[in-house]
Amino acid sequence: MNREKVIFAFFIVLALTLNVGFVVGNVDDPAHHDVIELFLAIVVSLICTVLKFGDRSHLGALMLATSLVADLQLFAGAFVWGYVQYISEVGMTSGAMVSVVSFSVGAVAANLISVVLLVVETVMIRR
Amino acid sequence: MNTLLYILLRRLRMPLLVLIGVYAVSTLGLVLIPGQDSEGNLWRMDFFHAFYFVSFMGSTIGFGEVPYEFTDAQRMWTLFCIYSTVLAWLYGIGATLAIVQDPSFIRLLRTRRFSSQVRGMKDPFYLICGYGTTGREVVHGLEHRGIRSVVIDREQSRIDLLETDELVLPGLGLCGDASVPEILDLAGLQHKECLGVLALTNDDSANLSIAIASKLLFPRRLVISRSENDITTANMASFGTDLIINPFRQFADYLGLAVSSPHRHLVYDWLMHPHHRPLSSVYKHATGRWILCGYGRFGRALSEVLSDDETHLTLIDINPDNLTGIEDAVLGVGTESVTLQEARVEEAVGIVAGTANDADNLSIIMTARELNPKLTTVVRQNQSANDLIFSHSKADFVMQPGQIIATRILAHIRTPLLREFLDLLYSRDEVWAHTLMNRLVQVVGDDPLDSRNYTLDPQSAPAIVRVLEAGNTVSLRTLMKSPHDRTQVMSCFPLLLKREGRHIVMPGELEQLALGDKILFCGRAGALSEQSWALENESTLNYLLTGEDSNPNPILRLIRKRYG
Repeated sequence: MNREKVIFAFFIVLALTLNVGFVVGNVDDPAHHDVIELFLAIVVSLICTVLKFGDRSHLGALMLATSLVADLQLFAGAFVWGYVQYISEVGMTSGAMVSVVSFSVGAVAANLISVVLLVVETVMIRR
Repeated sequence: MNTLLYILLRRLRMPLLVLIGVYAVSTLGLVLIPGQDSEGNLWRMDFFHAFYFVSFMGSTIGFGEVPYEFTDAQRMWTLFCIYSTVLAWLYGIGATLAIVQDPSFIRLLRTRRFSSQVRGMKDPFYLICGYGTTGREVVHGLEHRGIRSVVIDREQSRIDLLETDELVLPGLGLCGDASVPEILDLAGLQHKECLGVLALTNDDSANLSIAIASKLLFPRRLVISRSENDITTANMASFGTDLIINPFRQFADYLGLAVSSPHRHLVYDWLMHPHHRPLSSVYKHATGRWILCGYGRFGRALSEVLSDDETHLTLIDINPDNLTGIEDAVLGVGTESVTLQEARVEEAVGIVAGTANDADNLSIIMTARELNPKLTTVVRQNQSANDLIFSHSKADFVMQPGQIIATRILAHIRTPLLREFLDLLYSRDEVWAHTLMNRLVQVVGDDPLDSRNYTLDPQSAPAIVRVLEAGNTVSLRTLMKSPHDRTQVMSCFPLLLKREGRHIVMPGELEQLALGDKILFCGRAGALSEQSWALENESTLNYLLTGEDSNPNPILRLIRKRYG
C-alpha cells in the first residue's frame, strides 16, 4: 500500500462526495444547500488540483484538466452566492440558488470524470 | 506544456497545499466562532467577510477588525491565524526562491533560452563542438568574416569565456555533452541555416558520434572533425567526413615543412595567413642534427616527418618509457644545460622545444641559445594566453598547434580549393616553391595576400557561363584584366585550375576556360574583389573580351553617341 496513493485517492473521492452532498436536495431551496459544504468542496477541489500538478503523462494531464474545470465551476457558484447575498440588495432568492446549484452540478460531473480516471489508472497498473 | 512549468509546479506542490490548508482552516474558524455586532447581538461572520479578513490579514496584518469589533474568542483565533499564515507564506516564498537558485533548474532555464535563441537564428552559422584553443580561434576567425557560431562545450567555464570574449556577433553557447544527439539538435543540427558542423573536442569518440549524427541527418552538410588516431580517422573517412584533422600529424607536417623546406613552408604560410611573415624571415636551411625535446604523441609524429637521410634526431624526454629502444636519446626535461650538453647541443643545427608545458619550452630554447647561439630554435606554444611572452622569445618559429589547426579549418571553409593546392605543394620541390615565392612577392610585396576560389556555374559566374554557352572562348587572362582599364593587369594570378577532377597547377594565362571549372586565384584583396565584375556582369566581361563598352543603359548610350 502506498501512502501517497491513499492520500491522492482520498482527496479526489472527497471532492466528489462533498460536491454531491452540497448538490443533493431541491434545486431552488436554499435550506437544502449548506454554505459550509460548498466551502469545503472548494477547498478540497483546490487541494486536488495541487496534488495533480507535475504529472506529465497523458492521464495526468486529463486529471489536471478535470480538476481545473471543477474549480472553475465551484468558483462561479460561490461568486454568484456572494454576489446575490452582499452586492445586490435582493438577498438569496430561489432563482439565484438554482444558478449556484447548477454550477455545482457541473463540478460534480468534472469530479466524476476525475474519479473514473483514477479507477482507470488503478486498473491499468493492476493489470 | 513545457517542462519548466511542470517542474516548478511539482516542486511547489507542498507549499501550495500548506497555503490552501492554512487559509481554509482560518476562514472556517472565523465563520464558526460566534461574534457580536455593534449592539451586542449574536452575529456570525459569513464566508465572504471571513475570506476577506483572512486575505488581508495573511498578507499585511492590517485594516483592523471588520465589520464589527471582534470578541475575545475571535481575537484568539485571529492570533493563531496570523502566525500560521505568515509561516505558510514564508515557507512558500522560501521554496520558490530555493527552486530558482537550484543549479539543475538554472541549467534547464539556460538550455531553454539557448534553444529558443538558436531556433530564432536568421543568419547562416556553424555549429562548433568544443571551445578549446582551436575552437576559439575558429569562432573568432568566422566572426571576422561575419559568420556566427553556435558552440557546445562540456565545461561551463569555457562557455563563460565565449560570453566574455566580446565578439561583435555574439556566439551562442551551451554547456553540454556534444556527443548526445539531443544536445546537437538543441544547438541547431537540423536548423536550415546551419552551414556545417565542426567537431573539435579532444575526445575522439565524441567527435566520431558528432560526425556520424550530422552525416546521417544531412549527408551533404559540411563536417570537419578532429581525430587523434588512425582508426578513428579511417572510420570518419568511410562515411564521408569532409575534412579530418589529426592535430599532432598536422602540426608535425607543418613544423617538418618549416625545418626541411623553408620556401615551401613560406608559400604555405603566406597563403594561409593574410598577414604573413616577410620574405626576409627565410633562413638558410642547414643540414645536420636536430634536438627534439618532448617525445610524446606530438614528438613521435614530428620525428616521423623529420627523420630522413639528411636529418638526424636526438631525443630528450623526461619519461624513460617513451625512450625505450631509441639509440640517440637523453633522459631529462631539457631545461638544464647538463641535459642539453649531454645531447651535444654545441654540434646541433636546430632544436625543437615541443613539450606540453609552455614555461619549459621557453626555458629550453633560452638555455640552448646560450650554449649555442647559432642554433635554429623552434618552440611550441600551448596556451594562447602566453602570446606576449612568446612574441618576445626571439625564437625562429613559434608554433601554436591550436592556431595552426584553426587556420587550416578556416582556409577549408573559405576556399576549399586552397587546401587541395596546399596538398599538392607537398609533392613539389624547393626550387619550384622558390619560384612561386618570387612571383608572390612580385605581385603583392609585403601587403596581405588573399586567395579566392571560383566555380564557373550559373550561380557564381553567370556572365562567363552565358558567354561560354554562346560558343565563345574566354581565357584565364580575361579574369586578370582590370575592369576599369583592360590594358592594365591586376595584381593577382591563378594558382590552380580544377577541371573534371584533374588539377592544373599554376595554369597559363592563355588557358581556355570551360563550364564547371574551379579556379583558385591569389593576389591583393582589392584585386580579387574586382574580379567578381568579370564573373557576374555581362557588359564588363564584354568590355574585357572585346574592348567595346556595350553599355545597356539607353540614356548613356545616347550621350555617348552624341559626344563620344
